[in-house]
Amino acid sequence: MTAPKRTPLFDAHVASGAKMVDFAGWEMPIHYGSQLKEHEIVRSDAGMFDVSHMTVVDISGSDAKVWLQKLIANDVAKLGFEGKALYSGMLNDDGGVVDDLIVYLTATGYRMVINAGTTEKDLAWMDKQSAGFDVTLTVRRDLAMLAVQGPKAIEKVCAVKPALADAIQALKVFQGLPSGDWFYARTGYTGEDGLEIMIPADQAITFFNELKAAGVAPIGLGARDTLRLEAGMNLYGHDMDETVSPLQAGMGWTIAWNPEERDFIGRKALAAQKAAGVPMKQVGLVLEGRGVLREGQKVVVDGQEGIITSGTFSPTLKHSIAIARVPAATGATAQVDLRGTLTEVRVVKMPFVRNGKKVFE
Amino acid sequence: MSNIPAELKYVSSHEWLRLEADGSVTVGITEHAQELLGDIVFVELPAVGANLAADEQAGVVESVKAASDVYAPIAGEILEVNAELEANPELANSEPYAAGWFFKIKPANAADLDGLLDAATYAAEIGA
Repeated sequence: MTAPKRTPLFDAHVASGAKMVDFAGWEMPIHYGSQLKEHEIVRSDAGMFDVSHMTVVDISGSDAKVWLQKLIANDVAKLGFEGKALYSGMLNDDGGVVDDLIVYLTATGYRMVINAGTTEKDLAWMDKQSAGFDVTLTVRRDLAMLAVQGPKAIEKVCAVKPALADAIQALKVFQGLPSGDWFYARTGYTGEDGLEIMIPADQAITFFNELKAAGVAPIGLGARDTLRLEAGMNLYGHDMDETVSPLQAGMGWTIAWNPEERDFIGRKALAAQKAAGVPMKQVGLVLEGRGVLREGQKVVVDGQEGIITSGTFSPTLKHSIAIARVPAATGATAQVDLRGTLTEVRVVKMPFVRNGKKVFE
Repeated sequence: MSNIPAELKYVSSHEWLRLEADGSVTVGITEHAQELLGDIVFVELPAVGANLAADEQAGVVESVKAASDVYAPIAGEILEVNAELEANPELANSEPYAAGWFFKIKPANAADLDGLLDAATYAAEIGA
């Protein structure tokens, strides 16, 4: 066992009263008092999450574009201007998901943000795939990252950075703004408007404290999970992993099939799965009665089985919701084995919540 | 640092017990238990009139993090359950030793209370 790593914001979390836990080898804040209150703040106002445990990788070299077109299932050719972002899966030869990531077009190439828990595996995989390509990967541990999310997030960031306010407000969704060593992207993992901001590590605590003074509340990983689940967003290692195809994890939209000659890793396997018929699909489950749907619980549909991949109590909706992988023929209802009792749940199209409001039928 | 009132009895599964003047025993979960669970969102309580054995399941606490069973710390008959707690489960977080109580039990054997942990022993067990 190695000691858990600390982000540049560790001291700021402790000073803000965080309860720290080990998350993917990092000592991270799970909450600062109440997960439910923090969730509510992000839905109604503005909160900030330390996501510095995630890994920023800069990609340069004359082959950067063609290499990424091979490496990931979505197509970086869609990135039309500097700062533009793309969400994608990085697949293995069997079409399983090695990781999910965001890639930005930058002045010097591309910038990729990958998950904390998969970093070593991802870097080894990317290194292996780079043989024969002129690409250089630079891990940016000199950067911290803060996600500022909520209906008032952008307004409050602009109050702290008035010189950049016009440029930040002009950002469209999934678009980023470089500013010296800083990078502001209008992306997030909560279903609310907001920014993900990369910051030189030595300036992170000052920025955190300025945001706090501007009324942005620190939010822990606990609320991050309930927010992303309400937003119907996958969590790697839970809703998908190397054994799960993106076609069974609600990630079909991230696969760029055209142009047909682009031979990305996993393409052949996915094409074969599509031709054979994909047996499972991802859906949302809703339990309006008492009880909480949890990861790993069995879903029963006409004698066939599925599984809950993420479940929680929804603080916004005041009842339980879940993401599940179920037989493709699943209709409007299913049953879940809830601690030994088969309980009927509704099957819905995700997301559950967007911009503070319920969105499913 | 968890609050562990000196006048209560405890069991290792993190329930507390208070002997009332009428001989009944009020049961809840400790402050330490609610800290471990995080925000509590549902509570399932036993049926009034149920006769439970010691360590028999008496209910369920569902928090944002996990579901956790609540046990009858001593054998006896359930006299009353806290309906207020069912409606406002967060009381178990905010007032675990007061408004957040779970149920009252009539001990099958009053001497059973003597064998339970005192505050100092429970504190030592949880490393408080």
